[in-house]
Amino acid sequence: MTTVEQSIGAPVTRVDGLDKVTGAARYAYEFPTRDVSYVWPVQATIARGRVTEVDPAPALALPGVLTVLDHTNTPRLNAEAEASADLFVLQSPQVAYHGQIVAAVVATSLEAAREGAAAVRVGYEREPHDVVLRADDERLEVAETVTDGSPGLVERGDADGAWATAPVRVDATYTTPVEHPSPMEPHATIAVWDEDRLTLFNSDQGPYMSAQLMSALFGIELGAVEVVAEYIGGGFGSKGIPRSPTVLAALAARAVERPVKIALTRQQMFQLIPYRSPTIQRVRLGAERDGRLTVIQHESVQQRSAQVPFADQTVSSTRMMYAAPHARTTVKVAPLDVMTPAWFRAPGHTPGMFALESAVDELAGALGMDPVELRIRNEPETDPESGKPFSSRNLVACLREGAARFGWERRDPAPGVRREGRWLLGTGVAASHHPDYTFPSSAVARAEEDGTYRVRIGAADLGTGARTALTQVAADALGIPLSRLRLEIGRASLGMAPFAGGSLGTASWGWAVDKACRALLKELDAYGGVVPDGGLEVVADTAEDLARRADLSRHTFGAQFAQVRVDGDTGEIRVDRMLGVFAAGRIVNPHTARSQFLGAMTMGLSMALLEIGEVDPVFGDFANHDFAGYHIAAHADVPRLDVVLLEEDDNTTNPVGAKGIGELGIVGAAAAIGNAFHHATGERVRDLPIRIERSRDALRAARRTERRRPGAGEPESRVG
Amino acid sequence: MKEFAYARAGDAAEAATLIAQRPDATYLGGGTNLVDLMKLGVTDPGLLIDVSRLPYDRVEHREDGSVLIGATVRNGALAGDPGIRERFPLLSQALLAGASGQLRTVATVGGNLLQRTRCGYFQDVTKPCNKREPGTGCPALRGAHRDLAVLGTSDHCVASHPSDMAVALVALDAVAHVRSVDGGSRTVPVAELYLLPGDTPHRETVLDHGDLITAVELPPPPRGARMRYRKVRDRWSYAFALVSVATAVSVAEDGSLRDVRIALGGVAPRPWRARIAEERLRGARPDEETLREAAMAELAEARPLPDNAFKVDLATDLIVAGVRDLVARRDRA
Repeated sequence: MTTVEQSIGAPVTRVDGLDKVTGAARYAYEFPTRDVSYVWPVQATIARGRVTEVDPAPALALPGVLTVLDHTNTPRLNAEAEASADLFVLQSPQVAYHGQIVAAVVATSLEAAREGAAAVRVGYEREPHDVVLRADDERLEVAETVTDGSPGLVERGDADGAWATAPVRVDATYTTPVEHPSPMEPHATIAVWDEDRLTLFNSDQGPYMSAQLMSALFGIELGAVEVVAEYIGGGFGSKGIPRSPTVLAALAARAVERPVKIALTRQQMFQLIPYRSPTIQRVRLGAERDGRLTVIQHESVQQRSAQVPFADQTVSSTRMMYAAPHARTTVKVAPLDVMTPAWFRAPGHTPGMFALESAVDELAGALGMDPVELRIRNEPETDPESGKPFSSRNLVACLREGAARFGWERRDPAPGVRREGRWLLGTGVAASHHPDYTFPSSAVARAEEDGTYRVRIGAADLGTGARTALTQVAADALGIPLSRLRLEIGRASLGMAPFAGGSLGTASWGWAVDKACRALLKELDAYGGVVPDGGLEVVADTAEDLARRADLSRHTFGAQFAQVRVDGDTGEIRVDRMLGVFAAGRIVNPHTARSQFLGAMTMGLSMALLEIGEVDPVFGDFANHDFAGYHIAAHADVPRLDVVLLEEDDNTTNPVGAKGIGELGIVGAAAAIGNAFHHATGERVRDLPIRIERSRDALRAARRTERRRPGAGEPESRVG
Repeated sequence: MKEFAYARAGDAAEAATLIAQRPDATYLGGGTNLVDLMKLGVTDPGLLIDVSRLPYDRVEHREDGSVLIGATVRNGALAGDPGIRERFPLLSQALLAGASGQLRTVATVGGNLLQRTRCGYFQDVTKPCNKREPGTGCPALRGAHRDLAVLGTSDHCVASHPSDMAVALVALDAVAHVRSVDGGSRTVPVAELYLLPGDTPHRETVLDHGDLITAVELPPPPRGARMRYRKVRDRWSYAFALVSVATAVSVAEDGSLRDVRIALGGVAPRPWRARIAEERLRGARPDEETLREAAMAELAEARPLPDNAFKVDLATDLIVAGVRDLVARRDRA
């Protein structure tokens, strides 16, 4: 008998890599479908009001056009369904945001559908709109709950009293703009009806949960909906639930009684797919002179659509990061005439930790303390919010390891004093955090007569490497080499499973896979280890195991370090290097895990310096809506990135020991870069992204400060 | 389906015959901008006449030091031409600062000159735009204009010209060779190729329907010139210039500026030759104060909008830094 090496922890090459690079992997839009037709949306050119007339005649006159759908002739959805209001596509004449689907053309060719959509004439009754987020908006309300289910307002101790008496204080406001997930593969769907059974080939982060939602919307049994999502070209949360184009495809297919497909253009991605809400965040930190925090106040002002009560969990990291006895954390939302914001990689935590970790850096400056040391000094023993013990928490280890590797001890803390030619140099640090979620999941393990095994689970691989990681988990549980295992994922019919969101996939699915495989081996024992005729199959479900799990505070942590240079002539910013050190349970596959962190840190860099959805107050949409206008980091922007994954043995999580890693790497990255910018220039930019005009304003302010300093030389004649 | 015809011209005469018959026809070079605009519905030509394979694909270095660059030479090939790299590094740098490797492999010199503004309103057919639909208004004035022009604009249009290559060509006094439909030929300095918007922003160049750019001619580089293209943009590749500056200087033995050429990109509806600054600097000693005064004089006529006011300062700083750095440099190229 050959010895089987443990697969978990090994840098296994992606099991689907060859299929992807050879084109054999099928994405949603690529499934061969007979008699398929195409739907193209007609989108609102007003931001608020109602549709008064849809004239389909010019479109219907075009060859190939099958039908024009509007709110009067589109099949009805189940009005009672528990679904986000923006998914009730073409069910009413109301226009709630610019770009909303107000009609659609179905045709036998993509080109005809597109031309038809351009020909449809839509009349509107226009109402005044407001799409701009303001901190003083009178309609601002504390969110009842935020995305993670917690209340919008949480207070511990006496936050006002402690603030009033704190010896050292920081009070600053930070803003982050609209950010778009816009993954490489656009949202795409093929909808096929067979009587009252619906099959969706969908670019989808959660086939099972999408089937639940679609069955509710269409008022049919869960078993009557199949969602196929074998391969996905990125999602970042935007494909966490079906969005309006998927619902449109299903409605259109029902209307024309033919399969219908849709794939969004890049421009439509910015108009129809939710984005990260902008935030205006005020952070107040009060501390003793020794650096111990006495109070944290963090208020985030965000937007929601008129339709959907969405509120990111922007202050949730703040609730448990540091050991402050007094705290008040608040999320307020203003209803605007906009498309709903929604999840985007590490929702809430990403903008929230930009603000908190920038403020901590400011506090370090005010105290004259090293920012690494300040964080370590405020390390809590238990969760400051809930009082629960942590299942594991290695923030301090990440900070120390990162500081050692980055060369932090040689750092001169004085801001604005390092020069290399005309470049100003600086370094910065920030902490990273993400909750460790686990959802119940089912999985099926099957032994075949030929000695191979098959594992089925309704998971989805967005490109993260989930397919590879789950194959490793299954192989180890069964004690077989990877080659004897076939893993099937990406279908709702494979069974109840959570979506690939909240970084919960590997932990949740891995647990179910592990359980099913071990149960199968036990069952096989009953057969004397011989697979019976027809094979042997076992179904496992982790719902009860999860309910029995110890009640602990479960999170992942990391430390991000960055070095930047700023051109003293122009204000151009270059990131020289970044280091991320993370502790997130047992790493199933260090190869694909590293890629996840590299990608997330790059996204954080992009957020710090580049990304901004420009709200057009006049039209009510985003003025930039393609990748020429909405900049994401290019290769040339990405410096030396180093990722270090600390060993973390958290045996309270699940039998695999895995925690989530997909989102942790973006959190804190922007703060580390912003803090490094401050260290380089001596001025802080509190509004993201730090584009050149803000960088130049900062340089100008730094020169003024320089001039005012006693003993400063002649004022420079430069930029004034 | 929106149908259009496609014809590949065998020679310039055939191209001229084809286009003369069709007011709705347009020439197609590499298509890197035109095809995008067709997809967006900004333009819908009935006939595309592919001129990318016309025999204008050579870079000819002449005895007298001048260079004749065929209009169908691809941007990438021109950037890599050894003679261009050695004697006109400014041009090579500008080309390499533009677009991506893939696009440069396809884009032609003629097409690059005639690319359209990337103003978001021009590219969005659901919105008004005086350039796309004369008389409908310019939303950029009150809307998104951070990337748009500060010099040479009008109340009707603030679009900026996106080319990097053209900025270098203008600094180098390049001249376009133009063939008209009747077979006649003329030359147009690249600096005079483009019209300012005034109240007719839809008229962008001095070319008539059917005029074909066949070549761009570079006069010999100024004696002893040091030159550089510097582009400031939001990210470090694959973005249009916020401000770019093409600078060529030659320094006399006494340290004064014998010759100075400056052109700006990203700030105007056309590549902007900074003649006011040049005038002030010619023969002057390039100290910081003189450079700054000259640069500020060039930008004195700027009409920035709230969100692109930073371009005025940035352009000033770039002019100063551009000349200063070249003067300080010891090597020639």
